[in-house]
Amino acid sequence: MGRKGLEIAMDNTSVTAPADAVYDDRAVRLFTIAAVVWGVVGMLVGVFIAAELAWPDINFGIPWLSYGRLRPLHTNAVIFAFGGCALMATSYYVVQRTCQVRLFSSALGTLHFWGYQAVIVLAAITLPLGITRGKEYAELEWPIALLLTVVWVIYAINFFGTIGIRKVRHIYVANWFYGAFIIAVALLHVVNAASIPVSLTKSYSVYSGVQDAMVQWWYGHNAVGFFLTAGFLGMMYYFIPKQAERPVYSYRLSIVHFWALIFTYMWAGPHHLHYTALPDWVQSVGMLFSLVLLAPSWGGMINGIMTLSGAWHKLRDDPIMKFLIVSLSFYGMSTFEGPMMAIKTVNSLSHYTDWGIAHVHSGALGWVGLITMGSLYYLVPRMFGRQQMYSVRAIELHFWIATIGIVLYIASMWSAGVMEGVMWRSINNDGTLAYSFAEVVKATFPFYVVRLGGGLLYLTGMLVMAWNVWKTATGSSYRPVRIPLAVASA
Amino acid sequence: MESLYLLVPLSALLVLALLGLFGWALNAGQFDDLEREGQRILGADSPLDADQATSPPLSEE
Repeated sequence: MGRKGLEIAMDNTSVTAPADAVYDDRAVRLFTIAAVVWGVVGMLVGVFIAAELAWPDINFGIPWLSYGRLRPLHTNAVIFAFGGCALMATSYYVVQRTCQVRLFSSALGTLHFWGYQAVIVLAAITLPLGITRGKEYAELEWPIALLLTVVWVIYAINFFGTIGIRKVRHIYVANWFYGAFIIAVALLHVVNAASIPVSLTKSYSVYSGVQDAMVQWWYGHNAVGFFLTAGFLGMMYYFIPKQAERPVYSYRLSIVHFWALIFTYMWAGPHHLHYTALPDWVQSVGMLFSLVLLAPSWGGMINGIMTLSGAWHKLRDDPIMKFLIVSLSFYGMSTFEGPMMAIKTVNSLSHYTDWGIAHVHSGALGWVGLITMGSLYYLVPRMFGRQQMYSVRAIELHFWIATIGIVLYIASMWSAGVMEGVMWRSINNDGTLAYSFAEVVKATFPFYVVRLGGGLLYLTGMLVMAWNVWKTATGSSYRPVRIPLAVASA
Repeated sequence: MESLYLLVPLSALLVLALLGLFGWALNAGQFDDLEREGQRILGADSPLDADQATSPPLSEE
């Protein structure tokens, strides 16, 4: 459909517009659609496992539907399939626009898309079968991990290749964030995935014991930092100024934000291992670096929100702006909460409780989800030759459903988490535990039901989006966009 | 903590590489005119057929 539009347009203007005079949005379009589809799938699995926590019997005794197997499917689907495809779509879009040049290679873009979809489908098959490395957020067994490495190299070549042939000398700040995301994730993946295969479907980590735990959380927390933060900040620094039609509040601060974040991020990971066999000083280093991160995070949040300074009415009138700005308020909340939870005394209450789940979902549903949805609402009409989404009212509806869902989700999990922490540490006068573990589990039931409701609302919002995207995409075709000819090279 | 013998040098190398990259960006004039660079992305995208007001919309084809 897009191709036909391209050919027609090319015929009309073939004298003045050679192929390299327009942007190459094929991979952008594919990844955009994939992000919406995987978003629905990943959130649906999330809702199902939330129901399993409230009513464990609904796995019907089928091992493929058990919580332990579906939970990694949920995390992989929402982080790497939904979030990953959105990052890839937007990075290919942004790098071309800000470098004012066509994508380095259209063929590599297509190969990247299908290779990445193959990784996702393989994950969706192997995880319910119980084929896993057992490392959180790095579950995929070695053949899939190898395939992912190849796909990632293709992505890196295509992204940095495009920067290499740029027509604008300055590299826009969003590209720095996307670039850091691509390089850091490659490094983290290679170090943490190092394993010795014993069969096609089983391998063992080359690290063991607390060494393995250290490497795992060095990976795990930096994946939060560079996949779920840096990548989506790239989105933030392009789509908020574009949607607001104003430059970012302080471009200088955005540069400081980038360098401060990447110089300080790498050593926050040990806060996942407080009060474990990890040496005490490493735990303290992790806590210290986590606290330092508050500064660049809040600098970036304020910079993004203040972009609307003097045009606050857009927040009232434009539902896409609501998504983008409210996502930043959740970014601010979770980057304040994170450093607080990394303090060892706070962590002794919060760790292993549902407070962690509340924190993660405040970041995931609030920051990552909303910034992605806002950016996709900007992108989808442009990918299908429309002026705007099929229904702007549906965007507004989606925003409110999603926001209420997030509030229910994180409020219930905060309450459950603090309750669990307090109950676990309650002791009787004779020094025995006041509550058995099962009593605490039983007490979480009402909170789990409210959480399920929040998740259901968030999924409903995503379904509204999928419908809106479908209506926008059908019956219309992509209109190629000309690359500006007047190039400033200062 | 043998894994730190891998992770700490890796971080040190990374910081050195980042310092090098920052030095390059500084010397290459990446940060010379930041006000203008923030403004630059704001120009409207022009679809290829935007200046052909008389041509039928592509979606009808």
